[in-house]
Amino acid sequence: MQHHTVLHVVAKILLPLILLFALYVQFHGDFGPGGGFQAGVIFAVGLILYGLIYGVDILKEAIPSRVLRVLMASGVLLYAGVGVLSILMGGQYLDYGVLAHDPLHGQHWGIFFVELGVGITVASVMTSLFYAFTS
Amino acid sequence: MLAVHLPVFQVLLPLLAAPVSMLLPGSRVSWVFSTLVSWGCFALSVLLLQQVLQEGSISYAIGGWAAPWGIEYRVDTINAFVLLIVSGISSLVLTGAQASIEREVAKNRIDLLYTCWLLALAGLLGIAITGDAFNVFVFLEISALSSYALIALGSGRRALTASFRYLVVGTIGATFIVIGIGLIYMATGTLNMADMGARLPAVAESRTVIAAFAFLIVGIALKMALFPLHFWLPDAYSYAPSPVAAFLAGTATKVAVYLLLRFSFTIFGGDFAFGAMALERVLMPLALLGIFIASLVAIFQMDVKRLLAYSSIAQIGYMVLGISLVSVTGLTAGILHLFNHALIKSALFMVMACVFYRMGATRLDDFAGLGRRMPWTMAAFVAGGLSLIGIPLTVGFVSKWYLVVAVLERGWWPLAVFILFTSLLAVVYVWRVVEVAYLRPAAEGAGRCEAPLSILLPTWVLIMANFYFGIDSSLTVGVASRAAAALLGIGL
Repeated sequence: MQHHTVLHVVAKILLPLILLFALYVQFHGDFGPGGGFQAGVIFAVGLILYGLIYGVDILKEAIPSRVLRVLMASGVLLYAGVGVLSILMGGQYLDYGVLAHDPLHGQHWGIFFVELGVGITVASVMTSLFYAFTS
Repeated sequence: MLAVHLPVFQVLLPLLAAPVSMLLPGSRVSWVFSTLVSWGCFALSVLLLQQVLQEGSISYAIGGWAAPWGIEYRVDTINAFVLLIVSGISSLVLTGAQASIEREVAKNRIDLLYTCWLLALAGLLGIAITGDAFNVFVFLEISALSSYALIALGSGRRALTASFRYLVVGTIGATFIVIGIGLIYMATGTLNMADMGARLPAVAESRTVIAAFAFLIVGIALKMALFPLHFWLPDAYSYAPSPVAAFLAGTATKVAVYLLLRFSFTIFGGDFAFGAMALERVLMPLALLGIFIASLVAIFQMDVKRLLAYSSIAQIGYMVLGISLVSVTGLTAGILHLFNHALIKSALFMVMACVFYRMGATRLDDFAGLGRRMPWTMAAFVAGGLSLIGIPLTVGFVSKWYLVVAVLERGWWPLAVFILFTSLLAVVYVWRVVEVAYLRPAAEGAGRCEAPLSILLPTWVLIMANFYFGIDSSLTVGVASRAAAALLGIGL
């Protein structure tokens, strides 16, 4: 799509906004609608749009498949790790209340990191699916 | 202190290990790692079973949210037994899987196979352990999606169509199950199994609950390949990599049978499922037809893996027949056969892994002269075949014995004759393989080519387990009858 100047320009303007919106949905998820899954999809949509307009090879240079593989795994590990941490701190599995002195803060931190794990895994799985279809 | 967290670690261990194994360098390292994890799961399930037998059922509240609201993991006799079967079969098969997987699966996909294996293990263990109906669906999808991927890794393009077909059927099954769970949630307002069980009798008359029951039974029947919903199974088992077939044959359909027991007895209750809904009048004819037709079809198969797959469908029939008798002995026979058939089929599919390793295929013609060329492998097949038929001193005999006793308890002696007759059909299909292997000469100049010890040893451990639990059945019968009594609400 080298000659589609309009697409190139529009994509360049939209891309940072899409990624920013993804982060907003991610970190505002515990106060309003949103959360890790939606944020991950939106983030991946940004990356896929970039790949469609500028070519997959350029996207792969920025984010190689092996990096995605590590990200996919680390998102799940972050989620499960929060659960294990809450066991280590004396609660049940995924009992966020014990993560901080104040249970309210604990719940907050717990869901924050769990959703972050979801977001990382979803975004990287979506992008890998895109890679799989294009290769 | 950690003992309290046993139930959650049972699922968490393989679930955490799956992403880790994805990051490990080299397929050998991932194999060692996943095998160790699987044995770790087995150790946990042994501990859980011990704890349940001593102290009664265990409950664990995920996230510290108490039972009817939060997700509860609940371990009683029957699911502790299922956990033991699933983790035990997975560990033994995985131990012997490495050489055979290196040969059957493309190089760049092997490490993904171990990741999928661990995910499937986590899913199957999760279905068995959870006390929350929606959680069942989540784990069902985890195990199903990863087993589609496992099957697709088989050599040859037909593995892809087999996997796709399983995906379509499995998704329909899972959808039916989630519709059923949704309808119960609508009628009772709860997702906790025990709570559902307590609230359902009050609303049992409503059409919503009856529809839920129908959806759930059909969905579960699809998952456990009950005749006539078995059509996905032969392709899936015969084109999957042999160790994967050994793993799934021993675990996936068994967990679905467990779900049938759990939903019809614990949630809907025996009075509703077998009294008002007369489920046994549906299950028994299907079980009998399944046993007869699948055994008959197995006789005419030209591929031995496919033959074993059809035999699996027949064996599911025996389990369902036991359940449909709705008596303690009948349920005991069904639950016993869950364990025993897992041992038999996993052992026989491991034999297929041995044969495939040397021959590159498992067509009946490939078996010509194997009795001399692979004596230990074929001896294992004969021993496993005897157990499948139900010769005394094997586990197959123990389950058929209890089944016949349960049938005679009802005074239905034609059924007992039927069971003996269908065992003769098993003799026929096992004999066809044995005949080719021992009596047909091998091709010119074909020498001895025994399978490597790394596959052969776990295969023989499984075969020996067939005999051990056939001779000393006190553990299995004891646990199965306790589980049966608990499901029927007798004793305890």
